[in-house]
Amino acid sequence: MENKKVKELKVSAIENGTVIDHIPSSAVFKVIRILKLEAFDDMVLFATNLESKKYGKKGIVKVSGKYFEPEELNKISLVAPHASIIEISDFQVANKKIVETPTEIKGIVKCFNPNCITNKEQVKARFVVVDKEDTRLKCHYCEKITTRETMEFF
Amino acid sequence: MKNKSLVSINDYSKEEQLSILDLAREFEKNPVQDILKDNVIASLFFEPSTRTRLSFESAVNRLGGKIVGFSEASNTSVKKGESLRDTILTVANYSDLIVMRNPVEGSARFASEISPVPIINAGDGANQHPTQTLLDLYSIRKTQGTLDNLHVAMVGDLKYGRTIHSLVIALCNYNTTFHLVSPVELKLPSSVKMHIKEKKLAYHQYTEVEDVIPHADVLYMTRIQRERFSDPLEYERIKNSYNLEYEMIKKTKDNFRVLHPLPRVNEINIDVDKSPKAYYFEQALNGVFVRQALISSILGLK
Repeated sequence: MENKKVKELKVSAIENGTVIDHIPSSAVFKVIRILKLEAFDDMVLFATNLESKKYGKKGIVKVSGKYFEPEELNKISLVAPHASIIEISDFQVANKKIVETPTEIKGIVKCFNPNCITNKEQVKARFVVVDKEDTRLKCHYCEKITTRETMEFF
Repeated sequence: MKNKSLVSINDYSKEEQLSILDLAREFEKNPVQDILKDNVIASLFFEPSTRTRLSFESAVNRLGGKIVGFSEASNTSVKKGESLRDTILTVANYSDLIVMRNPVEGSARFASEISPVPIINAGDGANQHPTQTLLDLYSIRKTQGTLDNLHVAMVGDLKYGRTIHSLVIALCNYNTTFHLVSPVELKLPSSVKMHIKEKKLAYHQYTEVEDVIPHADVLYMTRIQRERFSDPLEYERIKNSYNLEYEMIKKTKDNFRVLHPLPRVNEINIDVDKSPKAYYFEQALNGVFVRQALISSILGLK
């Protein structure tokens, strides 16, 4: 734990806001997109390929002046199932938790089946998470399974 | 089941499925009744069908109901680019219940969510075809006297055949022993096998149909579907994997029956038709009674 605190300082500390740590390096940009940070107007700091004792390499995102709703944060579990969420208030850790994979996913992921109604008409994609460990999503409409390998985000 | 759409077989519990089968038996004894005389049923077939569409329409006609609809989408506003959503909302104004076949997977679930009247899925692409499953259950129960503890052999395209998938899932409620016969390329997908494993039921896999005939109570044959192959050479290689002939079923058990959802191509030789154990045309007739039972249950008339 001591070690990790030092490493986090490779990205400047924020005064108030949310730190998302332990993101797989390959998923940092996906996390930014899922949380719609591309259009965010306060400071967003991020880094990837940082050393991590637990995971080898990891990424981190720090969002200034923003606390997320749990449903919003849980969306990132699809790409970063072990991410930790640290809420910062006045440079201090105010709250820390691990993301949880929701049981239902709406409107973030595309169904991989090109013949699914959600890819043909204006129907919001919707899935039941049938396997949280492996991230297997069963389409509410066509009932096909979208996996991590076939997953695409809107 | 009043007003309850049927999109996937699991939308109805085992008890609800059995109550449809019981009611179908009443309609088999008395298929011409006047109970639908005040009802209009919409029959929307966006792609071709012989048995499903005609047996639905026959079911409604024999109960005195009226039908509006189409058997192909090309002479409707769908051709002008009308969305399924708008088509359903419009047709719901003109009918008490909508029967729909559509090649787009998930279209029936979507329709059931936006439609003010109940929807019966008559096939949505490779996904679900629950009324076929009900008539298969009805046919099995009628020929075997029970649904419990049977040895059911399924032959052909177990990978893409939607009738196979739904029937396997439905039979998992009845302690079935499954005998699965297919070319290695067309084995039952793990997403379906999962249901058999969850119930801890026995299943055996084969590549030759001869191996399974002595064990089976029911031999459920299916067509290898050309439209599922992207590689025509692979289809040519596999298409003639199975060809059931009269001689092969001569020495089977008395209760043994051959079922097939039809259409068949060459997986059942026409010489099998003369056997009293060939049941596929009666099976197609049972579709009328099962659909009569389903429609009258959903409309709250029985």
